[in-house]
Amino acid sequence: MEDFLQIAGTHYRSRLIVGTGKYKDFVETKQAIEVSGAEVVTVAVRRVNITDPNKENLLDYLDPKKYTILPNTAGCYTAEDAVRTCRLAREAGVGKMVKLEVIGDDKTLFPDILATLEAAKILVKEGFVVLPYINDDPITAKKLEDIGCAAVMPLAAPIGSGLGIRNPYNIRIILEHATVPVIVDAGVGTASDAAMAMEMGCHGVLMNTAIASAKNPILMAEAMRLGIEAGRKAYLAGRIPKKLYATASTPLDGILS
Amino acid sequence: MVAVDTVFFVPMKIKINGEEREIVAGLSIGGLLEQMQIRPGRVVVERNRNIISRDAYGGTMLSEGDTLEIVHFVGGG
Repeated sequence: MEDFLQIAGTHYRSRLIVGTGKYKDFVETKQAIEVSGAEVVTVAVRRVNITDPNKENLLDYLDPKKYTILPNTAGCYTAEDAVRTCRLAREAGVGKMVKLEVIGDDKTLFPDILATLEAAKILVKEGFVVLPYINDDPITAKKLEDIGCAAVMPLAAPIGSGLGIRNPYNIRIILEHATVPVIVDAGVGTASDAAMAMEMGCHGVLMNTAIASAKNPILMAEAMRLGIEAGRKAYLAGRIPKKLYATASTPLDGILS
Repeated sequence: MVAVDTVFFVPMKIKINGEEREIVAGLSIGGLLEQMQIRPGRVVVERNRNIISRDAYGGTMLSEGDTLEIVHFVGGG
């Protein structure tokens, strides 16, 4: 059965989107991403180190023809900075899809929703395909969808926390109302968290730390790929309802008397 | 004797990624990148808050006091 993650008309076979931060080196980054099966990969925009500009470049290890590069606006605290970062990213020639995150506070890294909405409006108008990082708040999700964002990306838990989905009920409400893909972004800790998001019906999961900071990132990348696949298949298969009492799985007919 | 190459060097101050640098006057963005050994295909350049497209690097001359941002992609989540 064909099953794709569809964002703004583009089909992706993998529902796992991975980040490229925190790896030991570019070789490990490349390996983990290959094993994860991800097709969309996030990157950040930063100043070139001008005292040593000849250092290797991330894109030497991640072929933009093979992967969809998804630039983020990590580290931006204002709508203006986020928009500026997206414009710079677009000029790099990797397409017009961006992960919009406007951070509200450096301890929680929770999004500044007012600034996110403001930036999203400008970016959508300029033709960007905007994937905003948001709280697990159905109202915010709806507003961003109405603005024209191509997906909404509620956090499972704070970025890098590994706490898993803290408020599955809110994610369910977001899912119920969204007509764009819902991608859980941030806070996933292990494969069961990713599987849970998929079992709930989320369209994708975006993660970085859970893989990159695992003791064995390559093995965790594989675990995440399998977790996403297992969760998605379970969702499509349709789980049994939860019941309080037992139902025998062995027939009672023909029992010895 | 002291080398005389510097006689023709007309210095000009610009800011690159927050750092003050002295460069030769009459240099284009393309020329500067070449001098800094930066591959133009891997970076994006912003001059005084305006993004300069890659095909304009060669024709964009730098002026005294310009502020440049040269950015590229790094690992991120």
